Order: sequence, then structure tokens, then C-alpha cells
Amino acid sequence: MDKLKIRNRLAKDKALKWGVCLLAALTAIPLFAILGEVFWRGYDQLSWSFLTEPTPTAYKAMKAIEAGEPIPGGIANGIIGTMLMLGMAAVVAVPIGILCGAFLAENPKNRFAQTVSYLTDLLQGTPSVIIGIVVYIWVVVPMKGYSAIAGSVALFVMMLPLIIRSTEETLKILPASLKEAGLALGGNRARVMLKVQLPAAFGGIFTGILLAISRVIGETAPLMFTALGCSFIRFAVDKPISAVPLLIWEFFNDPNLQELIWGASLFLLLFVLTLNLTAKYLAKRWNQ
Amino acid sequence: MNDKLYNILLFVAALIMPVVCGGVVYALVTDAYEAFEHFGFFKFLTSSEWSYTEGSEQYGALPFITGTLMTTLLALIFCIPFSLPVALFVGEYFKGTRIAAILSTVTDLLAGIPSIIYGLWGFYTLRPLIMALNISPQGSGILTASLVLAIMIVPYAASLSAEFIKMVPNDLKEGAYSLGATRAEVIRKVVFPVAGSGIFSSYILAIGRALGETMTVTMLIGNTNNIPDSITSTGNSMASIIANQFGEADDLRLSSLIAIGLILFMITAFINMIGKIMIKRARIA
Repeated sequence: MDKLKIRNRLAKDKALKWGVCLLAALTAIPLFAILGEVFWRGYDQLSWSFLTEPTPTAYKAMKAIEAGEPIPGGIANGIIGTMLMLGMAAVVAVPIGILCGAFLAENPKNRFAQTVSYLTDLLQGTPSVIIGIVVYIWVVVPMKGYSAIAGSVALFVMMLPLIIRSTEETLKILPASLKEAGLALGGNRARVMLKVQLPAAFGGIFTGILLAISRVIGETAPLMFTALGCSFIRFAVDKPISAVPLLIWEFFNDPNLQELIWGASLFLLLFVLTLNLTAKYLAKRWNQ
Repeated sequence: MNDKLYNILLFVAALIMPVVCGGVVYALVTDAYEAFEHFGFFKFLTSSEWSYTEGSEQYGALPFITGTLMTTLLALIFCIPFSLPVALFVGEYFKGTRIAAILSTVTDLLAGIPSIIYGLWGFYTLRPLIMALNISPQGSGILTASLVLAIMIVPYAASLSAEFIKMVPNDLKEGAYSLGATRAEVIRKVVFPVAGSGIFSSYILAIGRALGETMTVTMLIGNTNNIPDSITSTGNSMASIIANQFGEADDLRLSSLIAIGLILFMITAFINMIGKIMIKRARIA
């Protein structure tokens, strides 16, 4: 009887272990399924001209399909739009985010800092589509039109909390002796922050910036209400502009352009995953 | 730069958060006001009409609130049987090993895939599968959207739960082992009770993510403005109705969409706040 009971318990133990392993392994399947599908359907579209030419019109694409040729053109307008808006957003979000993160790390007990910390969580959890609505109200309505500026404001708002958090956390895990040594040598707090703490935290902050970029680069919904999209290459910041995720959305909705979905998706996916893996690698090296 | 100036500089930079968050709330409230004034707050929440025929416009948020709650709840149900094993795998069974690191990299990468690509995959792979299995004739709907949503929130729930499972003190587990417990019993009687509130809070935060997910749901839910009557029927979530109609809307419809945005904002803010508070408590305990 006892023996049976023990056998039963051991069997349960084994069952749980194998169940956990099996289900955990199953979780990896979607990643490979998605990567596989995007690679498989997209790799033959990626070419130099795909990356350097703007999107074709639906008419041109239709002609090419009728003639049985590959659709001409590519996603250069989206790549340039994405880079332009990301650049503008990052130029503002990185310094402000670092300063704000430094504020949180320097005043952990302060009432105001706790409020700021709470608001950072709030903003980070806000669905991106709502950021899109808000920036539409903030920027698109007063400017009487969609623009690259509006798009970059939306990306800025999404990047900001991510950079603040990573800066704060990196600064907080630096040994206190580092700051104390700097102060003991006669540096004031600004100097110690600039010459000792920030350089020591550089790896963590840089990783945070990379992750923030990879997080917002694929955002579609907020750009639909702010940057809108544009079918040719453009550098004007006060006019509608395209972005890679916006192009994917356009291709998805236009039966004539559906062939282009996978090349654009592969490009976006490669970009995001490379950024992600680089960030992870840097974080690991920096931790050692 | 002296300390005083330095403090002021940091303080001014930190003011950006109250300004941005205040701006978000102000913009949403002022622009949603028209809809709430026209229909009444509770009427707007409980009405299931969504018609934009000129003259007899009628907007209510109930179908979309229902759609959001259904997709989120289903996604949570589908997510648990996978995220919990991943958390146990990484945080208990293979804690600190190479294979655990590989699995967490895999889930991290899953978290990094943009939602529009999840939507494409759902549309071109999962939807035909659902049609082939005769689950629903049109393929898209609440169920399809929830399945993909579940995959998207697994990484969030799993990585945070794993963190709490890892923190369970070894001496507690060793105590149970020395009494003759098997590993399964240790997990059930020691790990879950100790890490339980942390694991629970990680699911709350996963819900917070699922609530506002936009593109995936928009591409898969079928986009009909009625209250879904079963899990295979089509519908719209709060985020997806905004994504679908915001660009073409004006006046009262625009205000109604912004009102839905405000409601969604309040729900996610509330859920995230609860999750964060619980996590803080679980970390201290």
C-alpha cells in the first residue's frame, strides 16, 4: 500500500517535470513559426532596389501583376520616414530621459520623485493607440495636418518612460562607494554625475536606449493618426510621412500591393530582432 | 555647475512627466467631453448602438468594452498553460542553466516582435487554420484575436513570474525536501504559496498589456460593431474600433472614439496600478 503511494507520488513528480518541459518547449514554436513564415515569404523580395526605391502606386503594381512581373519599387520612403522620426524623437527623449532618470536615482525618497516614478509607470502602461489619439489632439489639430513632427512626438512620448526607467535602474545599482569616492575627491554632485556615475552607467543606459528604439520602431497605431503615410521619399518635417510599419499596414489593406508585405515585414523584423539581441549582448557584457 | 543649479536642472527635467501625463489626461477629457455630454456618461457606457447615419447618430461603447474584456480574458486563459511552465522551467527546474537562458532569450524575442507582424501571422497562418478546422466560417473573430494575443503576453507573464519563482528561498525548499517531499510537492506546497502573489501580479500586468493591444486585434477580430454573442463571432475591441475609424471620423463620432480611448486609458491605468502595487508588496515580502 505504502509502496503504491510512493510510486504514485513519484509518477506525479515525473509527470509535472515532463509536462513543464513539453509546454515550455511548445512556447518556442510561435517564434520560429513567425520568423520562418516571414523569412520564407520575404527573403526573395529583399534587394537593393527594394530598400532604395519608394512604394509603387497601386496602378503600377497592378500593371506589373498583369504582366506577370515582380512589383517594382520598395520601401525607401518608409525607411527614411522611420529614421527621420526616430532620430527626432531620440534627440529629445534621450537627454531628457537621462536627466529625469538621474533625478529619480538621486532623490529616491522625495515625494515629488515618487510621483514622477508613478507617472512613468502610468505612461509606460498606456496603450500606444491612446498616445496616437493624444498626439493627434496635441499636434495634428493645431497644425491643421498630419506631419513627421506629430509622428516623432508620439514616438518621443513612448520612448521617454523606457529611457527614464533604464537610466534610473542602472544608476541605482552602481555601488554607492563610486559616488562617495568622487565626492570625497572634491567633485560637486553635477561633476560626479557627469564624470563618474554616467560613464560607469553608460552600458546600461545605452542598452536601455536600444531597447526603447526597438520597442517603438514597430509601432503602427500611433503613427496612423500622426504621420499618416506618404508614397514618396520626403524629408519635410511638417508634411505627412511614411514609416515601415505604416507601409506594412498599407500593403495589408491594398490587394494590389500585398506582394510587398513580406519584404517589408522581414526588414522590420530583422531590424528589431538585431537591436534586441545587440542590447541583450551588451547588457550581459556590461554586467560582467 | 554647483549643486543648487544641478538640482534645479534635474528637477526641471523631471517636470516633463507631470506635464506629459497631465497633457494626456487633459486632451482626452476635453475632447471626450462632447460625447459624454451628448449621450450621458452611463448611457454611453451601456449603449450598444453604433450608427453614424447623419441626423440620428448614436454611439455607445458597450460592444467594444465587451470585445476588449472577452479577448483579454480569453488571452489570459490561453496564456496561463504556457507561461506558467516557462516560468517554472526558467525559475525552478533549470534555474541558472544555459537552456533556461536560451528559453528566456526566445521569450524575450517573442516580446520584441512588432504587433503588426503578429497580426500578419494570425491573418495568413492562423486564420486559414481556424477556417480549415471549421471552428468559424470567416476565420477572424474573438477567438483568433485572443489566441495571438495570448502568444504576445506569454513573455511578459512568464519572465516576471520566473523572477518571483527564482526568489523563493532555498532553505524553505530544502526543508521540504528533507521531509521527503518530491519536487512536484515542493512546487505546489512551497514555491506557489511563497511566490503566489508575485505570480498573480505578473498576470495582472499581462492583462494590462492585452487590454490595449491594437494592431493584432484590429487585423483579426473581424471588425463588426455588435456585441459578440460567442467566442467565435466577430466583434471589435476598444483599441480596434479606434484604429479602424479614427482616421475617417469627425465631430460627434471623433469625440465618441476619444471617449472610448479615455475609458480604455482609465481601465489600463487602474489595472497597471494594482499590478504595480502588488508587485511592490510581493518584492518586499
